[in-house]
Amino acid sequence: MSEEIILSVRELTKTYASGSRSLTVLNAVSFDVKKGSTCAVVGPSGSGKTTLLGLCAGLDKPSSGSVSLNGVVLDDLTEDEKAEVRNRHVGFIFQSFNLMPTLTALENIMIPMELRGNRDAKARALELLETVGLADRGKHYPAQLSGGEQQRISIARAFANKPSILFADEPTGNLDGETGAAIEDLIFELNRDAGTTLVLVTHDLELANKTDRVITMKNGKLHTDKATEAAI
Amino acid sequence: MANQNDRRIGLSWLFKMAWRDSRRNTGRLVLFMSSIVLGIGALVAINSFGDNLNDQIEGEAKELLGADLEVKSRTPIGDEVRERFDSLGFAMSEEMAFSSMVYFPKNAGTRLVYVRAVEDGFPYYGDFETAPQANSKEFTTGQNALVDQTLLLQFDAAPGDSVKIGELTFNVAASVLKVPGQSAITTTVAPPVFIPLRLMDKTGLNQLGSRMEYKIYAKYPDDFDPKVFEEFIAPWLEDTEYRFDDVAERKEEVGDTYADLTGFLALTAFIALILGCLGVAGSVHIYLKEKVASVAVLRCLGASGKQAMGIFLIQVVGMGFIGSSIGALLGASFQAFLPGLFADFVPFDVEMQMSWLAIAQGVAIGVVASLLFALLSLLRLQKISPLKAIRASFETTEPDRYRVIVGSLILIFVYAFAWFQLSDAWRALVFTIGIVGSFAILAGVAQAIIYFVRRFFPTGSSFVLRQGLANLYRPNNQTLILVVTIGLGTALISTLFISQNLLIDKVQVSSSGDDRPNMVLFDIQTDQIAQLNELAKTYEMPVLNQVPIVTMRLHSLKGRGVEELRADTTSDVRHWVLNREYRVSYRDSMTDSETLLEGKWQRKVDNPGDSIFISLDERLIDDMKVELGDEIAFNVQGAIIKTYVGSFREIDWQRMQTNFLVMFPEGVLEKAPKFHVLLTRFESGEQSATFQQKVVENFPNISVIDLQLVLATVDAVLAKVSFVIRFMAFFSIFTGILVLIGSLLISKYQRVRESVLLRTLGAQKHHILKINTLEYFLLGSLASLSGIIIALIAGALLAWFSFDTTMSPDFPILGLVYVSITALTVLIGLSNSSSVLGKPPLEVLRS
Ligand SMILES: Nc1ncnc2c1ncn2[C@@H]1O[C@H](COP(=O)(O)OP(=O)(O)O)[C@@H](O)[C@H]1O
Ligand SMILES: [Mg+2]
Repeated sequence: MSEEIILSVRELTKTYASGSRSLTVLNAVSFDVKKGSTCAVVGPSGSGKTTLLGLCAGLDKPSSGSVSLNGVVLDDLTEDEKAEVRNRHVGFIFQSFNLMPTLTALENIMIPMELRGNRDAKARALELLETVGLADRGKHYPAQLSGGEQQRISIARAFANKPSILFADEPTGNLDGETGAAIEDLIFELNRDAGTTLVLVTHDLELANKTDRVITMKNGKLHTDKATEAAI
Repeated sequence: MANQNDRRIGLSWLFKMAWRDSRRNTGRLVLFMSSIVLGIGALVAINSFGDNLNDQIEGEAKELLGADLEVKSRTPIGDEVRERFDSLGFAMSEEMAFSSMVYFPKNAGTRLVYVRAVEDGFPYYGDFETAPQANSKEFTTGQNALVDQTLLLQFDAAPGDSVKIGELTFNVAASVLKVPGQSAITTTVAPPVFIPLRLMDKTGLNQLGSRMEYKIYAKYPDDFDPKVFEEFIAPWLEDTEYRFDDVAERKEEVGDTYADLTGFLALTAFIALILGCLGVAGSVHIYLKEKVASVAVLRCLGASGKQAMGIFLIQVVGMGFIGSSIGALLGASFQAFLPGLFADFVPFDVEMQMSWLAIAQGVAIGVVASLLFALLSLLRLQKISPLKAIRASFETTEPDRYRVIVGSLILIFVYAFAWFQLSDAWRALVFTIGIVGSFAILAGVAQAIIYFVRRFFPTGSSFVLRQGLANLYRPNNQTLILVVTIGLGTALISTLFISQNLLIDKVQVSSSGDDRPNMVLFDIQTDQIAQLNELAKTYEMPVLNQVPIVTMRLHSLKGRGVEELRADTTSDVRHWVLNREYRVSYRDSMTDSETLLEGKWQRKVDNPGDSIFISLDERLIDDMKVELGDEIAFNVQGAIIKTYVGSFREIDWQRMQTNFLVMFPEGVLEKAPKFHVLLTRFESGEQSATFQQKVVENFPNISVIDLQLVLATVDAVLAKVSFVIRFMAFFSIFTGILVLIGSLLISKYQRVRESVLLRTLGAQKHHILKINTLEYFLLGSLASLSGIIIALIAGALLAWFSFDTTMSPDFPILGLVYVSITALTVLIGLSNSSSVLGKPPLEVLRS
């Protein structure tokens, strides 16, 4: 197994100023993620998981600390440079799907590839559609799809550019148990096939235990960081 | 009881919810409201500024008369007029005017002048402009005369010298430069000299009889209702033998200029309203679209459809009220800065007054317009299914039964307001149809764009191109709303440009030009013509026009004698037609200030016994109640001449030409006693004075009048009118652009989330900028182009129907409009997306 580090987080701190008081949401969090591994982040609501993930993916700026992704230090990059890194290396799955409401399912999947100038975006998008089991729904708009279906589309979109790391923020949080389980399976399956690194935020300890490692967050701090049985 | 209590709580809860909901996104709310502020601000500013300027122009027109009403007669005016005017609270000032010789003792010069014996009081509007400035009271109490400037020049006299009129010698108090009411050229046969009326007896000249003209000038009390004049005084005066003139009539004499101006101001105000509504409609529409999710959540939580609607109804009315109040106050106070700002450009003092009526109107219109344009969206909110909370919103294309009702209500509103503004039901209808037509065209253009982009979508082209194009037809696209707002905005702006040009051209045609006559010579005998022409030639005075004039009176109309008609109370032939002395001329062709409307122009009567076909001014159709072929007999100094109505002409009285109500063909009046009139033009006062001197020397019977004074007055008025037109056009165009900017700024929220998602997926700044540029360029470009085409159609129609001229659009300006509007659209579209580019995506995704 390769020992290469794909994500490296150092002393990451995020503080929100709300009026006169300031609220530290993330407090000096540090950890590394090995390439090709899977990792779960758990913790009570409000403990800073989404914030952490957003910072790792370069969707937000930390107050202090450093993130390096695939060897690239994100700290001093411009928004455009970060966008470039995301497009090349990062896939993101949201709790609330975040599909573009004005694009069809197929178009949603095509976008990351199109941004990269990929010529056969459509062919691959159709392929992905089939992989997520929605081959016949390509022309539908998000509003015409169920939550589970929307999440499948967003998973297909996340894998479109063959990212080296995938962030998923409570991908099943908005779904019923059965659908959620199917989505989980889909994520793990695609992940395994593509050999992608996975960082997954979840409440579900059972799901967390399917990954190699579980990081527990509490009050903005890294509480515990343990390898799971699955890893062994 | 319980039920009642529920309802009360329900209503207060709605208000509470409306308030709560509005606290969030204050910035967004301010933006929506700013569009209402702009729209109503524009409306109020234009309306009250227009009102003020209109008052100003009205004042100018009053100065042309010097009073509100003038009654004149060849015989002394009876006391019944004075009594009636007195009972109505009119201020009165009398005048006796006559032609007489004056004598300058200083150099023994004599000259025929037009003596006007006036009382203190006249002019009620405007002032005598004299050098040195004379005080009207001092002038009328002393034994003073005010003498025309050129007359003094001619006789080398100056203020302080004396002048003898009749048996009395007057002190020349000042020279007259400009007199209100001086445009009454037709009665003026010589330069004016003013003397106090109370000294008339002592001059011994008040026995002149028929040569005397008596006048009463009246000024209405401040609270006078003009309707009283129309319905009560005018008909009564018409039945007397006196002639009269009021401001409205005098305005007509200055030409259609006033009618055009009033029409233009009405057009501007109407456009301001539509611009205002456009701003309000655009913002309210998008605002409520954003509220669909909130409504869905409310519905999920158990609010009824009506309650959900109620909350936003309260918000919209509240926003409408606050926005339009701010707008109205801003619009009104904007004017306070105008006089200072434009002091150097404005050729007259613009007195600005806060027009509370305009403010109240603006607020009312703002609230009603917000409500009306929100109504459709509001009614839809009522039907939003709670399911929407779970799914993202998706365009529903179900047919709407409210659509027709709300559409009709909006139409009624626009029509009612147009009617109110234009006070002309027919015109209002035309304007409303115009707006609806433009709306339909633009909606059609939007649909066509959507259709063609879809149909011919370049599947193989670059990502940016495809995204930009696809934005035009995807769900939640802003194609329809932006094409309609930008297109309508551009159409209105271009219409203003075009109609402004129409009017300015027209005003300039009539007021400028170096070949206009500025001197008239009257009472020329036939045997003097050749010599006079020779004299003019030596002084380099071009003979611009020379016509014979025969004076006659009406003898009978369609076989009925004038006396009989006068006595017949059922006859609706106007009395002035029966009473007046006609100055008639004859020629074999028309001049370029005449247009034949009906019938045939008879050039010449070949044999003495042949029927004579005359040509009448079109105004006589109504006033004389005649048609083509009717018989009219004239009394030409004792001889009765029978004629038939051969044609009707339209006469452009604005041209400084000798024009005639009645024209005879050649071959009839050649032998009748007549005199000639000659029109010429001088370049300098000196040239004028020496020529006049020579004319008086050689032909003592000929009277000369210098039109310079008259022309100066008319020119001043026209200059003001054209300034007002330019200014109002500029002002509305400016506000139109502001309103456009407002609606474009609002479109920001349509694209923000998508741009952020694109950022999340790794789109670069240039991707987003290019996609948005393409989308806004296509929208701006096609919309403004359609708008300009609509404006050209509107301009052609306006030129044809309203301003009675032809259109010659200024294409470079329209090209500039196209480029500017398109550039503006792209610029604002880009600035909208730039707010996305600077921010970390997570912030937007979380909200
Ligand atoms: N823009 C913001 N301003 C202030 N506080 C914020 C903001 N965004 C997030 N927070 C706070 O940060 C904390 C962590 O949030 P989040 O990372 O979403 O938690 P989790 O995903 O673990 O539920 C929460 O207490 C939240 O209230
Ligand atoms: Mg979270």
